[in-house]
Amino acid sequence: MTVLGDTWDYLTTGANWSGSGGMLELLLEQLLLSVTALALALVIGLPLALWLGHLGRGGFLAINISNIGRAVPTFALLALLVTFDFPGRGEFGPYGRAGLATLIALALFALPPIITNSYVAVREVAPEVKESARGMGMTGRQQFFRVELPLALPLVVSGVRLALVQVWATATIAALVAGPGLGRVITDGFFRTNYGKGIAGAVVVAAVALILELVAALAQRAATPPGAGSPDRVDEMSDDSRTLSTAAGSVGR
Amino acid sequence: MRVTLPAAAVEPSCYSRLTNEWICGQYLVDRQADLIDATVEHILITVASVAFGILLAFPLALLARRYPRFEATILGVSTGLYTIPSLALFPLLVPFTGLSATTVVIGLGLYALTILVRSILEGLRSVPDDVRESATGLGYGAGRLLLRIELPLALPVIMAGLRVATVSTVALTTVGSLVAYGGLGNLIKDGVNTNFRAELLAAAVLCVVLAVVLDVLLVLAQRVLTPWTRGVTT
Repeated sequence: MTVLGDTWDYLTTGANWSGSGGMLELLLEQLLLSVTALALALVIGLPLALWLGHLGRGGFLAINISNIGRAVPTFALLALLVTFDFPGRGEFGPYGRAGLATLIALALFALPPIITNSYVAVREVAPEVKESARGMGMTGRQQFFRVELPLALPLVVSGVRLALVQVWATATIAALVAGPGLGRVITDGFFRTNYGKGIAGAVVVAAVALILELVAALAQRAATPPGAGSPDRVDEMSDDSRTLSTAAGSVGR
Repeated sequence: MRVTLPAAAVEPSCYSRLTNEWICGQYLVDRQADLIDATVEHILITVASVAFGILLAFPLALLARRYPRFEATILGVSTGLYTIPSLALFPLLVPFTGLSATTVVIGLGLYALTILVRSILEGLRSVPDDVRESATGLGYGAGRLLLRIELPLALPVIMAGLRVATVSTVALTTVGSLVAYGGLGNLIKDGVNTNFRAELLAAAVLCVVLAVVLDVLLVLAQRVLTPWTRGVTT
């Protein structure tokens, strides 16, 4: 297992981390890129999905955007965007050689989980609760901000968490089309048959992914009202599929 | 100036270096063999991965149901695996399986596993207790109960998970091009590296078409397998 030895050597050599093109710089680059893309997707997707959920319209779109997102290969879309004659390929501020293509692809991939979860979250607030809010004389706006949004928040945050992990993963894949970020360490290692380096990059990417997931899980716990029973890891996924199926039902109706 | 290919000199096709059009029927005809090979490889990898996922997921789901103590561990570990980006997971497998199709199949199988374990568990849980009780009362043993009663009733939920797993596996197979076994992903990678637009678009579109076709096939299979649900669910 000399490859594993090489991996260890690569990870423990300080020079590989520091300096320009070092893993630390690439890691920060990828984090910055991921956070920007997520913010972009939140600004676009969140108000739209929450509003549609409040109105109870557009369910077909909100649900199916997830299915479409699943069927379109990340890699293929990235490849198309990169090959496309885009304004601003090449240098792009602090984002390195990313250009708009990677940022757009990342934001696009963050949209489906955000839209679907937020829509379903607001939509699935118990009708009795909504009715009592109306009965108390709340306007539509009050009803949304005081009743629906607080109750929907845990599921909304779980969508953002999914999106965060997804964006991080996608930013890694961007390296396959010469994008920025840590994925480049992996592809470099592979294409130059320096497998130790490639695997070292993979270890760092996987570790950061798990850390992001943990941080996001803690944030989600904080967003859950104390009475609601904290949705832990186990409940969350089944929640997802359950809401998806119920939402699909509401589309038929 | 680029040197044009001899073939292009005879008759400039829409995929020659100079025109490099996105949509090119001539490309589809000339490189038919490439496209078919890549698609077949893509299908084989996808099917093998999902089959591998089912093979692992089934006993794990049964284990989680039998011993609730393991449930959190099994679900936690499989979700943790799902968090790891595919571009990182494949290299992590390379020291053990090398640059082979096995690497891709194992990696994708592990991703499919996460979705499948959950849906199998949920499916088995969706079987009403009174049905299970009546079957036991009729003298069904544990094995026959599982195969003849529980599995058929759990099938709609399991199939829903299988569809999700299959569609995402088709998409993820493209990343396998990192270790040179990515089916249509190999064409996409080549398309990016050589700036070959017709190849790139054709492979990308074929990927999506493949996902849709497999999804439809699974829906049809589910209809055939669960005739009693027809008319109840759409």
